Amino acid sequence: MKKKFLSLLLAMVMVLSLAACGGDTEETPAESGETPAEEGSEAPAEGTAFLLGGTGPLTGGAAIYGNAAYRGAQIAVDEINAMGGVQFDLRYEDDQHDAEKAVNAYNVLKDWGMQLSLGSVTSKPCEATAAETYADRIFALTPSASSTATTEGKDNMFQMCFMDPNQGSASATYISEKGLGTKVAIIWKNDDVYSKGIHDTFVAEAAELNLAIVSDTTFADGNDTDFSVQLADAQANDADLVFLPMYYQPASLILSQANSMGYNPKWFGVDGMDGILTMEGFDPALAEGVMLLTPFNADATDDKTVAFVTEYQDRYGETPNQFAADAYDCVYAYKQALEAAGATPDMTAEELCDLMIQQFTSMTFDGLTGEGMTWDATGAVSKSPKGMVIENGAYVGLD
Amino acid sequence: MANKLSGLRKSTRRNFLTYALVILAFIVLQALITTGSISSSLKGMLVPICAYVVMAVSLNLTVGVLGELSLGHAGFMSVGAFTGVATAILLQDVIPMAPLRLAVGMAVGAAFAALAGFLIGIPVLRLKGDYLAIVTLAFGEIIKSIFNNLYMGVDSKGLHFSLLSDTTNLDETGTLIIGGPMGIGGIQKISTFAAGFVLVMITLVVVFHLVGSRAGRAIMAIRDNRIAAESVGVNVTKYKMMAFVTSAALAGAAGTLFAANYSTIVANKFDFNTSILVLVFVVLGGLGNMLGSIIAAAALTILPEALREFSDYRMLVYAIVLILVMLATNNPTLKSLLARLRPGNREKKEAV
Repeated sequence: MKKKFLSLLLAMVMVLSLAACGGDTEETPAESGETPAEEGSEAPAEGTAFLLGGTGPLTGGAAIYGNAAYRGAQIAVDEINAMGGVQFDLRYEDDQHDAEKAVNAYNVLKDWGMQLSLGSVTSKPCEATAAETYADRIFALTPSASSTATTEGKDNMFQMCFMDPNQGSASATYISEKGLGTKVAIIWKNDDVYSKGIHDTFVAEAAELNLAIVSDTTFADGNDTDFSVQLADAQANDADLVFLPMYYQPASLILSQANSMGYNPKWFGVDGMDGILTMEGFDPALAEGVMLLTPFNADATDDKTVAFVTEYQDRYGETPNQFAADAYDCVYAYKQALEAAGATPDMTAEELCDLMIQQFTSMTFDGLTGEGMTWDATGAVSKSPKGMVIENGAYVGLD
Repeated sequence: MANKLSGLRKSTRRNFLTYALVILAFIVLQALITTGSISSSLKGMLVPICAYVVMAVSLNLTVGVLGELSLGHAGFMSVGAFTGVATAILLQDVIPMAPLRLAVGMAVGAAFAALAGFLIGIPVLRLKGDYLAIVTLAFGEIIKSIFNNLYMGVDSKGLHFSLLSDTTNLDETGTLIIGGPMGIGGIQKISTFAAGFVLVMITLVVVFHLVGSRAGRAIMAIRDNRIAAESVGVNVTKYKMMAFVTSAALAGAAGTLFAANYSTIVANKFDFNTSILVLVFVVLGGLGNMLGSIIAAAALTILPEALREFSDYRMLVYAIVLILVMLATNNPTLKSLLARLRPGNREKKEAV
C-alpha cells in the first residue's frame, strides 16, 4: 500500500521535473536565437539597467500580437544595450488577453522591480493594468492598446498606436478621399471593444462624408466561423467595398468564404488585419488586393525599417507586423526620453514617472511607425496612417 | 475544551474547523500585509481568491448538497458583477464611504442574481441530471449575450436602457455605464481583502446553516433519493429552488466583489470556461466538502501564477498538475491514509 503511494509521489516529482526541463530547454533556444555577438550585453548588471516590463497575450488566441510586441521590444532592447549608454532589462509576462490575468502579470512585474512599463498589448487588459500603473505611479507606454478608456483620466499612460476612434474616422476619410467605394458594407464583431470602437466612429464619419453604408452586419464570439449571411447581405445590397474592422482570424474566413461565393468587392481593413499574411493555413492569394490603414510598412525601403525587418526575419523567420514595430518604437522612445531627462537606473519608478510625463508631452520622436510623432497630455499620439494594399503576398504603399 | 468539542456533532466540529482555518488564514495574511512581507503578486490575488472561494462554496451547494450539476454558475457571477458594479457607480456620490457602497453593491448584485436564479430555476429544476446541466450551460451563454448587447446610461433624466445598439441618447450630463461589448469601464477599485474575507464568512455561515437545518436535510434527502423524499412528504420543488437561489445569490455577491477589484469588466470574462473552472474547484475539493472547495479554489487560483517560470509551458504544466492532483486525491490508499491522520476518525475507530 505504502509502496503504491510512494511510487505515485515519485511519478509526480518526475513529471514535474520533466516539465521543468521542458521549460528550460524552451528558454535556451530563445536565448541563443538572440544574436550571439551580443551575449556580453544581454543581461546588464543589477542596478545599471532600467527595468522595463510589459504584459501581453503570449499564449492563447491573441498570441500573435503579444509575441510580436515582445519580439519587437526585445530587438530594440538588444540593439540599445549593444550601443552602450542607456541600458534596458526587458521582461514580458503572459496575460492571455484577460484583464484579471493581466493584473496578476503586472503584479509579478512589480515584484521584479519594474521601473518603466510597456502597459499591455491588447485594449481591455491594458485598461486594467493602466489603473494599476496609475495608482502605483509607474509610467506606461503601450505599443498597441488603442481604446480611449486606456488613457482616459490617467496622466502617466501613453499610447504608441492610434486610438480606435481615430482609425474609424481615418478609414472613412481615406475611402471617401480616394474614391475607393461608394456603397460600403461593414461586417463587425459586436462583442469586441476594438471592433465596436472603429465601427461606431466609421459610421458617424461616413454619414458626414455622404458615404452610403448599404449593409451593416455583425457577428460575435462563438458564431464567428460562418459568414455566409453577412456576405450575402453585402452582395445583395451591391456593396462595392466591404469594411472589416476586426482582427485577422475572422477576416481570413470572410475572405475565403467570399471567394468561394464568387463575391469580389474591394476589401478595406484596419491595423488588426495585420498578420493575415503570416497566418498558418491561410492562402495569401485570397488577401490579394485587400487595403488597410496601418502605420507600419514592412516593405518600406528606409534604412531603419530594412534593418529592423531583416533582424526580425533572421531571428524569428517571419515578417514583423505593426505590433512589433510599435513595441520597437516604444523602447526607442523611452531611450530618447531617458537620455533627454538625464535619468539614471537608480531612480525610483515614481521619479522616473514624473520625468517621463514631462518628456513625452514635449518631445518629438521619429520611429518606424511615423516621423515627427508627438504626444498630448491625454497620452494620445499624433502621427499619420499609411494606406497599404496587399500585392503578391506583401504590403505595398497605396500612395 | 477538548471534551466540549468532542461532545459536538461531527459536522459541527468540521464547520468550526472551517471557520477557524479561514479566520486564521485571514489573520496571517493580514499580518503579512501590514508588515509588508507579502509579494505584490500574492497580494493582488487575494480578492479574486475570495471571490472564487465564494463561487466554489456556493456551487458546492448546488452540486454537492443538492446533487444537480450546474454548468452556468458564471452566469450568476456575471449578473452580480454587472448589477452590483453599476449600482456602486450610480451611488458614487450618494454614498461616499467605499465599504458601505461595496456592501450595497453586493446586496443588489446578490438580489439580481437570486432573481435570475429563481427565473431560471422554474424551468430548469423540472429537469434532472444531464438535461439540467445542458440547460444551465445555455443559461450561462444567454446571460453573456444579454450583457454583451445591453447598454445602460444615466443622465439628469434618470436611467436609460437599450439593447443591441447604443440608442440611450444621453444628454450632456450623462455617462454610459454599461457599454455593450465594452462592458463597464472606469470602475473604482473598492474591493478589499477584508471585504472579501467578510463575504467568505457570510457565505460559510449561510451555507452551513442551510445544510445543517431541517431544509438542508430535506435537500440532501432529495439528492439521495428523490422518490423516497417525495413519498415522505418533502416538497421537492421548494427545497430544490431554495438551494438553487441561495447558490445564485452568493455567486452574485462574489461577482460584485470580483468586478469591483478591476477597473474594467466585460461579459466575455464570465463564459463557459469560468463556469468549468469553478466546477473544477468543487470537484477537486470534494462534493459537499466546503473546506475542500475553499482550499481548492485558493490553490488553483495561485497555481497558474506560481508556474510563471515555465513560461510557454505554464498552462501545460497546470493541466498536468491538475490531473495528478485529481488522481492523487481519488487514490484509495491515500484517502485511507488521510482518514487515519484525522484525529476524530481515529478516536472513533479506537472506540469501535
